[in-house]
Amino acid sequence: MDMEFVYLAIPLVCLIPSIIVGLAGRCMDRAWAHRITIFGVAVATALSAMVFVDVMSGNTFNGSVYTWGVSGGVRFEIGFLIDQLSATMMVVVSFVSLMVHIYTIGYMHEDPGYQRFFSYISLFTFAMLMLVMSNNFLQLFFGWEGVGLVSYLLIGFWFDRESAIFANLKAFLVNRVGDFGFLMGIAAILLVFGTLDYETVFIAAPAVTDLTVEIVSGAHWNWITVICLLLFVGAMGKSAQVPLHVWLPDSMEGPTPISALIHAATMVTAGIFMVARMSPLFEYSETALSVVMVIGAITALSMALIGIVQNDIKRVVAYSTLSQLGYMTVALGASAYAAGIFHLGTHAFFKALLFLAAGSVIIALHHEQDMRKMGGLRAVMPITYVTAVIGSLALAGIPPFAGFFSKDAIIEAVHASQLPGSGFAYFAVTVGVVITAFYSFRLLIMTFHGEFRGDHHTWEHAKESPLVVTIPLILLAIPSVIVGAIYFEPMLFQGFFGESLKVLPEHDTVAHVAESYHGEHGLDLIYAAIGHGVKALPFWLAVSGIVSAWWLYSIKPEWPGQIQRKLSVIYAVLMRKYGFDELYQFLFAGGARVIGWLFWKVGDVTLIDGLAVNGTARAVGWFSSVIRHIQSGLIYHYVFAMIIGLFLLMTWFLRP
Amino acid sequence: MIPLTNYLILGAVVFALAIVGMFLNRKNVVILLMAIELMLLAVNINFVAFSHYLQDIAGQVFVFFILTVAAAEAAIGLAILIVLFRNRRTINVDDLDSLKG
Repeated sequence: MDMEFVYLAIPLVCLIPSIIVGLAGRCMDRAWAHRITIFGVAVATALSAMVFVDVMSGNTFNGSVYTWGVSGGVRFEIGFLIDQLSATMMVVVSFVSLMVHIYTIGYMHEDPGYQRFFSYISLFTFAMLMLVMSNNFLQLFFGWEGVGLVSYLLIGFWFDRESAIFANLKAFLVNRVGDFGFLMGIAAILLVFGTLDYETVFIAAPAVTDLTVEIVSGAHWNWITVICLLLFVGAMGKSAQVPLHVWLPDSMEGPTPISALIHAATMVTAGIFMVARMSPLFEYSETALSVVMVIGAITALSMALIGIVQNDIKRVVAYSTLSQLGYMTVALGASAYAAGIFHLGTHAFFKALLFLAAGSVIIALHHEQDMRKMGGLRAVMPITYVTAVIGSLALAGIPPFAGFFSKDAIIEAVHASQLPGSGFAYFAVTVGVVITAFYSFRLLIMTFHGEFRGDHHTWEHAKESPLVVTIPLILLAIPSVIVGAIYFEPMLFQGFFGESLKVLPEHDTVAHVAESYHGEHGLDLIYAAIGHGVKALPFWLAVSGIVSAWWLYSIKPEWPGQIQRKLSVIYAVLMRKYGFDELYQFLFAGGARVIGWLFWKVGDVTLIDGLAVNGTARAVGWFSSVIRHIQSGLIYHYVFAMIIGLFLLMTWFLRP
Repeated sequence: MIPLTNYLILGAVVFALAIVGMFLNRKNVVILLMAIELMLLAVNINFVAFSHYLQDIAGQVFVFFILTVAAAEAAIGLAILIVLFRNRRTINVDDLDSLKG
């Protein structure tokens, strides 16, 4: 089969079912809605796997399939760049999407918006695939906005809930800020390079490293740095990095499958993917890399801390996602793009798994999300329990689960980095490990161990979820265990990504990590990595986190309350999420309202209505009231005026 | 032979009389109408005089038109005057100030 046709087919088999179900969903049987869309995504998954195998055999592709328009010498095209990076992303995206599609049958089966939901998630898969397969900035931006749109629609899926509407508005506005930076970055690229095509830009990048721009007078900034920082602002919005992270926890108002697919596994990693894709640009700006690393480190540490105090099961996982996105960003900043993408892949599996497991618990307890009303569920939900344990172990970074390999690689790479800020980043990701382990096992223990703390009625009805829910859990648990060990060696040490990621030799922190394994291969390398990991600090930090969670929530359940009272100030700060929401509410929402009030009262009421409209009328009225005294109504006055006027005119015209 | 100047002086005197009649009259609208007729007549005197001395018949033709218009004007003016009197019960010029601002 012609591979170009396959590339084109992959996004389209997701788009077409989405349109069919979206338009004809009302007159369609519910079963057909999920059959059509799942068939489409299953085909996309199979084709993605085929492309992945094809790319692994060295068959990459870069070309346009359609020219949308040519304007001023700039070509706007739809094209595909299929290489190791995009093939990896395609497999991850389509596979997780397929799992979520299947899971949704179980999760949403009572929902009146069933067909609409399937239409949206297929549309999401289409947009995300367009994003990762793109070979130019325009299509990247199209996919970027497409996933943003579906995210907005799905956060507000239950649009009769006020909190959902608030959350999706918030997500929309915060993403607008990021997208503005992203669009400016693309505009800057067009200005400097005169093209939107990846390859042309990447080839030209080394030649413009000395080009500077004077944004503020007197300050000369490197163009590459400006472009990278603007693009990263976009990544901060989409991948929820501090300070643009506030929308992600609120996005949990959407249905749980969406939290798993969009707000954990795929869409939020678009920023990570984009930065990795732009590695030929970022490599030439150490300033941008430093900024990326520091922002990632702040996110990784601060968001993990909030995860400790949350009681909503989905919010714990959400803050964990934020923190893990921080890890990936740190990896990008340390030029360990391969490690970042590796963590992106493993994280997609185990985080989707954790979300779907949380969703399974939520179904069993009739949409109860508060962990303080859970407990002891492992007896009734064995499959959910086991898969959640696997997900948590992977998240905590315990060998040989997937998260261990990717997270360890990131920590080691950051350790090897020489950039400014790497010391802080190393501290943040290392401390983050203990916190990650703590909150993930806190969740596990509060949900599945101990006594049930909810009411009797709920407990009696709690049962294991149906097969459509548990099968995706199992299918996601498998890669959560093995994918790390399988791709550890090729992704990090054997040039798996080939030409798709560019790392300058002086930044090559991954190679530095590889040196510590003395060139071992195959299973030996896995054993060496595990042996090395077990002796290293992060592993023991993770274990101590797990043990302390077990100690605090299982052995001494009265201690957390006491600690909370002792450290009430810190607890309050964490509960308020460092006050970001309040700050934005006050500064931006409040500021916008003050400006709006000014425009209303001063601009509209006083200036336009008062001065321009009514003011003119009043001025005319006043003038007339003065003038009208001349009008006596007596004929001889008018005649007098007429004669005098005639006399004056004639004098003027008949003057010699 | 009476010189042209005499006719022009007569026309100017009649016109000035009409203006004075208009200014000084505070009592009767009929006098206003008469003053207007007088103005037209003053103009006619000028027309006829010039016509004679310049040997151009067009001036006398114009006089006929003006006389016709003056007759029509007098008819309409008197009709308006009667309607005015019916409505206001007065034709005193000082009282007719409905247009006062």
